Amino acid sequence: MKKRDIGFLRQQATRVRVEILKMLTEAGSGHTGGSLSAADVVTALYFYKMRHRPDDPSWRERDRFILSKGHAAPLLYVVLAMTGYFDISVLKTLRKIGSPLQGHPCSKTLPGVEISTGSLGQGLSVSNGIAIGLKIDNLSSRVYCLLGDGETQEGQVWEAAMTAAHYRLDNLCAIIDLNGLQIDGPVSQVKAIEPVASKWSAFGWQVIDIDGHSIDEILNALDEAEKIKGKPSVILAHTVKGKGVSFFEGKVEYHGIAPTRDELEMALKELEGNGQ
Amino acid sequence: MTHRGERVKDTGVGQQSIIGKAMATRDAYGEALLELGKKRNDIVVLDADLSGSTKTGKFAKAFPDRFYNIGIAEQDMIGTASGLSLTGKIPFASTFAVFETGRAWEQIRQMVCYSNLNVKLVASHGGITVGEDGASHQSTEDIALMRVLPNMTVIVPSDGYETMQVIKTIADVYGPVYVRLGRAKVPAVMPAEYEFKIGKAYPFHIGKDANIIAMGIMVSMAIEAAKILKDEDIDAGVINMPTVKPLDIEILLHAARSCRLVVTAEEHSIIGGLGSAVSEFLAENVPVQMRRIGIKDSFGCSGKPEELLKLYGLTADDIVKTVKEALKKWTYDTL
Ligand SMILES: Cc1ncc(C[n+]2csc(CCOP(=O)(O)OP(=O)(O)O)c2C)c(N)n1
Ligand SMILES: [Mg+2]
Repeated sequence: MKKRDIGFLRQQATRVRVEILKMLTEAGSGHTGGSLSAADVVTALYFYKMRHRPDDPSWRERDRFILSKGHAAPLLYVVLAMTGYFDISVLKTLRKIGSPLQGHPCSKTLPGVEISTGSLGQGLSVSNGIAIGLKIDNLSSRVYCLLGDGETQEGQVWEAAMTAAHYRLDNLCAIIDLNGLQIDGPVSQVKAIEPVASKWSAFGWQVIDIDGHSIDEILNALDEAEKIKGKPSVILAHTVKGKGVSFFEGKVEYHGIAPTRDELEMALKELEGNGQ
Repeated sequence: MTHRGERVKDTGVGQQSIIGKAMATRDAYGEALLELGKKRNDIVVLDADLSGSTKTGKFAKAFPDRFYNIGIAEQDMIGTASGLSLTGKIPFASTFAVFETGRAWEQIRQMVCYSNLNVKLVASHGGITVGEDGASHQSTEDIALMRVLPNMTVIVPSDGYETMQVIKTIADVYGPVYVRLGRAKVPAVMPAEYEFKIGKAYPFHIGKDANIIAMGIMVSMAIEAAKILKDEDIDAGVINMPTVKPLDIEILLHAARSCRLVVTAEEHSIIGGLGSAVSEFLAENVPVQMRRIGIKDSFGCSGKPEELLKLYGLTADDIVKTVKEALKKWTYDTL
């Protein structure tokens, strides 16, 4: 765990957003909204909370991060590059033929990706398996799993929720990116998932509700989750899809399209102007 | 290939505007569903948070009371469609091919096929021409997964016009059907007088040297390949086999007996798809030299559709090369 420096983390989160937008524009396609909404949470994980060694991605005692919402691949790629898993120049190969940066994360082509994802709803089960394995090996490493809110419509998520509680996986922390949107519209209109907090707590999880863009609240939640014993924790991160770029924020259309060159220019001005 | 201005038998869907038009088969599906919805009120459409991509969104807008978005829950969607069919509705359930046939496979087996329900599974994003999203979203095993199921009919249209007819036809025929559609725009290949029937293939030409049996986007590649081969004095036929199950065995027997080489071409694994279906049948009936063009037991990857077709050997040139090499070998072996 690194120093708790909120100003530094905010700066990193802004840089993460800048790199995400640049790589998506270069690729010409990809998932903008859901990469930006989870940027603060994932920055906090990689730059503060997680014990990991970028020069030794398979270090046995590392904490694990599973990107269950695999379409946020650009976000994962950027934090991996910025923390030193590979050279930042590789980011511009996103989605191009022969690139290790596949449209959705591929563990076969990119060290640092724990498992290939992209088909929603499967990451929490895998996280459970890792958490159990770590316990068998008496390792104190923790497992973090990031899910989308729409993603929790998948039945497998709830099967996994039951498994984690049953096996008291207190080394597991799920984070739900509650940005309120999926592809066909607002989650509440496509198929409502509320009440989210009481569902998870009824399933036996410790629920921590936070503003998913407040670095302070994110750090507190991650630290608090680590102290919970005997059950898994879930952080409900209330976020804004497209966060950081006013004209992407809360816009369902920007789920799966990349910024144009003009949009990128305006977005970078806005992000840099925020002076974070 | 198309004969504009000819009188066309009206099969009841607004297909006139689509003849000869290059378009994605999923777009034709959107149009066809809309027409069907106007004509019959027992059509109900389900989707799993991809209605913009599968084009069921058009139906949803026109008939909101007969559209159900089940959210990101493909298994639940197939179960719900099964229930709807038990009340006499004709459910069309759509999502990406990999999620429809993969995620919900056992629901399709146990509910839809075992009970022989009238559920129509129409999936978009078949094959590798999905492009940049990569292997997780490309479907290269769906035909194998659906073909193995008893009671299932499996259809892969080659262009927009054929798709229109397929959708209209399956609404009128009882039983489980899987239709695979594509994301990318494809050229129009079927002539205006063409009439789709389940289990009927369409021979553009039967060749004396080789016959290429193709489905989906590979039909246009096969036509191109046959032209190139003709210039080299090789008489290669092209057969569009839109129904992968049941196969048109009459045309297969005829084609195999007419030539020295049968080549299958599909945007799918060579294991379990059209190539397998054709070779299984021919091996038992008219053993003939065969080649299967398709994805060779591997996953896809990210890239532009055209780049991927090249990388995985699915272009007209690849067909030409395969035909020539196989014919050369045949000549050598029979000397
Ligand atoms: C099993 C499966 N079904 C459908 C999809 C297509 N898909 C990709 S992203 C997405 C919407 C995800 O919404 P959400 O989980 O809320 O993600 P976010 O808003 O964070 O981007 C869908 C339906 C998929 N990737 N996997
Ligand atoms: Mg969401």
